[in-house]
This record gives sequence, structure tokens and C-alpha cells, in this order.
Amino acid sequence: MAQAMAVTPVARRLPAGSVLNAVRRSASFVLGVAALVGLWELYRWIWSSAGWTWPFAVDDTTMPHVWVIVHALWQPAQVNQPALGDVLFHKALFTAKEAAAGFALGAAIGFVLGVVLAHSRLLQRGFLPYIVGSQTIPILAIAPMVVVWVNPKLPASLAGWGAVAVIAAYLTFFPVAINTLRGLQSADPRALELMRTYAASRWTVLWKLRVPASLPYVFSALKVAATASVVGAIIGELPSGLQSGLGGAILNFNQYYSIEPQELWATNIVAAILGIVFFLIVIAAERAIVRRPPEVSN
Amino acid sequence: MSESGRPVVQIEGVTKVFAQGNVTALQDIDLELQPGEFVSLIGPSGCGKSTLLRVIGDLVQPTAGTVTVNGKSAGQARADRDYGIVFQDSVLFDWRTVAKNIALPLELLGWDRERRRRRIDEMLALVELTGFADHHPWQLSGGMQQRVSIARALAFEPALLLMDEPFGALDEMTRERLNLELLAIWRQLGSTIVFVTHSISEAVFLSTRVVVMSPRPGRIAGVVDIDLPAERTVETHEDPRFFELVTEVRELLRRRGEHLLPEEEQALTDAARAGAGGAGE
Repeated sequence: MAQAMAVTPVARRLPAGSVLNAVRRSASFVLGVAALVGLWELYRWIWSSAGWTWPFAVDDTTMPHVWVIVHALWQPAQVNQPALGDVLFHKALFTAKEAAAGFALGAAIGFVLGVVLAHSRLLQRGFLPYIVGSQTIPILAIAPMVVVWVNPKLPASLAGWGAVAVIAAYLTFFPVAINTLRGLQSADPRALELMRTYAASRWTVLWKLRVPASLPYVFSALKVAATASVVGAIIGELPSGLQSGLGGAILNFNQYYSIEPQELWATNIVAAILGIVFFLIVIAAERAIVRRPPEVSN
Repeated sequence: MSESGRPVVQIEGVTKVFAQGNVTALQDIDLELQPGEFVSLIGPSGCGKSTLLRVIGDLVQPTAGTVTVNGKSAGQARADRDYGIVFQDSVLFDWRTVAKNIALPLELLGWDRERRRRRIDEMLALVELTGFADHHPWQLSGGMQQRVSIARALAFEPALLLMDEPFGALDEMTRERLNLELLAIWRQLGSTIVFVTHSISEAVFLSTRVVVMSPRPGRIAGVVDIDLPAERTVETHEDPRFFELVTEVRELLRRRGEHLLPEEEQALTDAARAGAGGAGE
């Protein structure tokens, strides 16, 4: 069959292409990092040699050399301590734990909220404004209250960091709820009509049609939520007085910025890497779960 | 084809007025379909042929009149899954493979995995897609997608198959091949088919009866019995009788088929869409 021949090459091209793609992707990643480093140093060099002070004067405090920042990771931040990189790695793991729990909690709440709102126009009209409004309150204003409310109720195993996870969830649930709602409503009306011819129940329509159709939307929200959960966890650590995470480290190095700026910069880089790792995990999950035409996913 | 016995579909005095735009899509339709018939509904845009098909399928509620399917109300027949449906678009689920798309109604009917697998194999063979079970819809051509859609509609062996311009979006050659395949399937399964089309030759070629509809308001302008030999082949298209029947249908269409004004047609489409809007039940 002529159509059969038109179809098989697509299936066959994939494995060979994916290896090439991986190589291409790692190459572009390395190039991207190199370009960023180059830009940073070029900007430094131009501004400091020209003596420009707009928008700010460039010196070793405002913009430490990239190698100074990277080198700081191998130096102990304080006497008789392990290298900064080692310390930050463990702090990042702690923050990752908070962010992951917050992400899971927020994503679950957001998804359920999206499903509930999708099934009731009345609830949608009643609750959506408050859900949107919840995000206009700065997280920094909410975090101390959450700590006070949540911490006393937590079992010992969650003490301290559990409240931070709740703060991270506060940032996470919103994009997931909004996109789940949109995704569930994105189901093809003709497909809904088809389900109607099968006399399918609401639940069946939800699980067989609306949820699968919503997944691309849900995953784009999860990507936003993944990085937001890391930000939420870091900010949540500030009022909690936790010193075990990246938030504590940032607060600490902030105070010594004029003396050791590279330490704050190094911490920021570790925080950024953590956010990127979260993002990549969501992308990997999306690849494994969402099946859709290759034109759309690329 | 027995003329006696209980009709599969019985439509009596059906009128449909869409509240939105106050359009009379159907007026006083009477029609009976006997078991094993292949009936085409043909007419210009806005004559209500798709609405009539949706009334039979209980996707649109008639304003007046009654529809009986397999001796039951249309609503009960839908609840009992008495019919399969094929739309102009294949409406396949992208996230499901071909096999899983065909299995969709079987899952809803609670068939176990083994029984589903056997039926999927049968249906794939029936629509000549054996070997494509694990492909995703987007890897198939339009014609193949529509064959999957037909396989899905027939998978649970409904006695009645409703087809809403199923080949309207396909090119002429694919369309002709699928016409022949559809006839072969129909002969093999002996189901009753209601087929909406706006191609005169397609209607005459496939059907045992062609119901010609006219717009404003949508009603039946005439019914043409297709007395061509039961065995239709490519040569049927060159049969002098085929041309006579095509002419007869065309005359009926011309006599009654004043076209809708564009805005009326738009209003009707909008209304039909709104009527199908309660689909999230």
C-alpha cells in the first residue's frame, strides 16, 4: 500500500535522529554557556576600561570575574568549613526537598481545583477571582503567616521545612489550576459529541477525553510551576529562619556582599541550576507521558 | 432487503426550530428505514440533512415529532449504544494508538482486554489497516484516519451506522476507494446505514434509497429508489441507469433547492453548533 510506505520512514527515522539531536542539543548548551560567560566578561572589560558608570560602575564587587565566582565554589566560605560548593550542594538538596514537596502539593491542589472549576460555571465565577487575587499578594507577606500557622501543626519529620513546602505550593498551584481548567475546556467539541453518542458519563468523559486533552496545557503549567516552586522554597526559608537551605545562604551572603560578592553569585548560580534541574525533570516527564504530533511538541 | 418487519429508524412529523436565530432546520419530516437499507440524505448546505442525522442520534432534540430507533426512543437507543457514528473529521484521539482508538467504545462497554484485542484485530482487517495498530493518528493519511474512524464506529457491532459526510474532506480518488470499501463492509455486516453527503454521484452509487432534501425550511423534496444491481463496482459509474438516477436526483435538487442566503446559512450553522453544545453530559 502506497500509504504504508509513506508512513514507515517516520517511525524509522526517530532512533538515529534522537542521537544526533542529543549531540546537537549538548553542543548548543555548551555554546550557550560559553556565550553568556563571554558576554559577561566583555561587558566588564568594556565598561571598566572605558570608565563608564552608567547604569552602574563595574568593578570586582558589582561584577566579579566568572572565574572568581567559580573558584569560590572550591574555597571554604568560612575557616574550618568544607568548600563552598560542597556546602551549597547540601543546602540545594535541602531546598530541593522543600521545593519538590511544595511542587507536588501545589500541582495536586491546582489540578483538582482545575477539574472542579471545569465542571461548574458557578464555582468558576465565584472562586476564580479569589484564586487570581491570591497571586497578587506578595509571597513575602504571606510566608511569615504560613510559618506561624503551619509549623505548630507539623509532625517532627516535617518541622521547619514543611511550612516552606506550603509556601512553595502557594506559588505552584496557581498556574496549574488555571491551565488545567483551560486544558480541560480545550477538548474538541466533536470528540465530546462522539462521547455523547456512547452515552459516556461525566467521569468517563473526564478521564478518557478531557484529562488527556488537557495534558499539554497542564505540562506547560508544570514547567512554570517547577521553577516557581524553587523560588517559593528559597523565599519561604527567609522568614522561617532556616539556615539549612539556599535561602538561608543567600540571606547570609547578602550581608557580606561588599566583602565577598563571589559567594552570593556562586549561591545564585547553584539556585539557578536547581531551578533548571526541576524544569528538565518536568520536560522529561512530559516526553514520557504526552503523546502528540511531533510538529506540535517541537 | 425486507420491506416488512420493524423499521430500524422511524421518523414521524419531526420539526426542529433552533431558538437561536429562530431557524426552522427541519419541518414535518417523515421517514422510515428498513433493516439493511443504505439511505443517503442529500441536499444543499442548510437543508437540515446533518440535523436530521443528529436527531436520529439523539444529539439534537426535535422541537416536535417522534423518532424511534430499534423500537425505542432515540434517547434510549443512544443510552443503549444502538448506533455507531462517523463524522466528516475522523475525531481520533491523538494520544491513543490506532488500536486504542478503535477500542474506545469497547472500553466504555466494559469489554475485557482479551475480547477487545480480538475485536481490534478483526476491525483492522475489515478496514485493511492490519499492521497499523500501534501507529498514532497523526502518522496516517486522511483516508486511513477515516477508516480507523469507521472501524471504531463498527467495533461494537451496532445495527445502525450514522455517517455525516464521512468522505467529504478526502480527495476524489481516496473517496472512490473508500466508497467501495464501505459497500463491502456494509454487505458483510448487513447493518443499516444513514449517509449524509452532498455528492450526488456518491449518494446514487452507494445507496438503496436517496432522500433529497431542500432548504428553507428543511424538508424532504423527494425520495429516489436506487434500482441499480446490488453489486456495485467501478463500472457502475458508467451504467446508463446510473446516469438516469443521477439526473433524477439532480432534477429534484434543482426544482426545490433554492439556496439559503449566506446569513441564513450562517445562522443555521451557529444554531446547530449551539444545539450540540450540551455535549459535556
